[in-house]
Amino acid sequence: MACESWKTKIESYVDDELPPDQTQAFATHVRTCAACAADALARAQTKRSIQVAGRRFTASPEFRKQIQERISKPQPTLGFPLWVIASAVLASLLVGSVGVSYLGRRREQRRELYSELVDQHVSTMASSSPVDVVSSDRHTVKPWFQGKIPFAFDLPEVQNSDFSLIGGRVTYLDQIPGAQLIYAVRKHRISVFIFPENALPVRLERNRGARKQASFSTETWSQGGLRYFAVGDASTADIDALAHLFKSPNS
Amino acid sequence: MAAADLQSGSFEQLAMPLFDQLYNFAHWLTQNPDEAEDLVQETYVKALRGFSSFQIGTNFRAWMYRILRNTFLTSRTGLKVTVPIDPESDGSELVEIQTPETLAIDRSNSQLLQRAMDDLPVHFCEVLLMCEVEEMSYQEISEALSVPIGTVMSRLSRARKALRERVRKDFAVRSDSTAAING
Repeated sequence: MACESWKTKIESYVDDELPPDQTQAFATHVRTCAACAADALARAQTKRSIQVAGRRFTASPEFRKQIQERISKPQPTLGFPLWVIASAVLASLLVGSVGVSYLGRRREQRRELYSELVDQHVSTMASSSPVDVVSSDRHTVKPWFQGKIPFAFDLPEVQNSDFSLIGGRVTYLDQIPGAQLIYAVRKHRISVFIFPENALPVRLERNRGARKQASFSTETWSQGGLRYFAVGDASTADIDALAHLFKSPNS
Repeated sequence: MAAADLQSGSFEQLAMPLFDQLYNFAHWLTQNPDEAEDLVQETYVKALRGFSSFQIGTNFRAWMYRILRNTFLTSRTGLKVTVPIDPESDGSELVEIQTPETLAIDRSNSQLLQRAMDDLPVHFCEVLLMCEVEEMSYQEISEALSVPIGTVMSRLSRARKALRERVRKDFAVRSDSTAAING
């Protein structure tokens, strides 16, 4: 058995995390203590064994090349084909307005934010499993998010409207966890993203009506400390109607 | 050169050296090569997109691991994983009852170790991989997992103990089988 005074520190010693004075003191101690020396040696040996065993999986050269190609190009060429088109058009529409002024920077930040949300919507639609909770029942979808995101939100009743709820998934925006709800309206799909307002890196206008950007309609509004974004390829009227349902006090 | 090219260039210089270790880590988490590729791809796309918000001078590797891990935890496989909320700890109260001299795991037992690691809960496996395989400091791991250093220490200690117990169990089973064959 290792000595009582060193028992709790041997692990840190082997991990090279002890302060220099304690490292020196332990190194001196093990010269005369066989138990501690054996303990440290066994831990070091196990550490090396885990290191060897842990380097287990190797990616294919093709996959490495694929990633390399993606990140060596400017950002708009990343991602899925639809995303590429959307981002390129969106960027070209807005790039002229980006200056060095504060307003210009804010505008650029907002553009990045909308661009990322469009990307997420397109990626989700391209996925073989776009939602993690599949249900048209808001009373099933809402509780599913409990414990997965640090806030709660209400979903509107859509039964007597053109909209139907498909499901939801947890998503991240700039490392902020949020909810993504997917709605259908005729053959179109709309994502409603919800994040805590004060965690967002960009300040946004309280309400911004539906706009067409590239081939996507977007709308954002703030309600009860949460920031909502509706993104989809439906018309601005549809996006506006869905936003209205969310904003309705009866929802 | 356009700003986007400059950004993309420096991102590539920082991110590509991490490719092998991120893939290895992703494969351990997902236990599936296709899912690992999806996870790595999504991580790189998200990281490049968010690179403008990365603060130069802070730990890029920990930042990349944090993105990968968050992406995993929101994936179909990751949502089934439960990461416990450890009580905060400075690690000083951790005393193992069994000292490891009774079980110095030999490198020749790589497969046995890999099997034992496969059986570990994700939150133990990831901290072991970060510390032992990637030789990340406690501080780096703390940043990657978004937990205090004390939690890293206690989780690491419990992970090692759990791994030893699994290996010990496997040894015992093998010894019993050998005895049965010989006897």
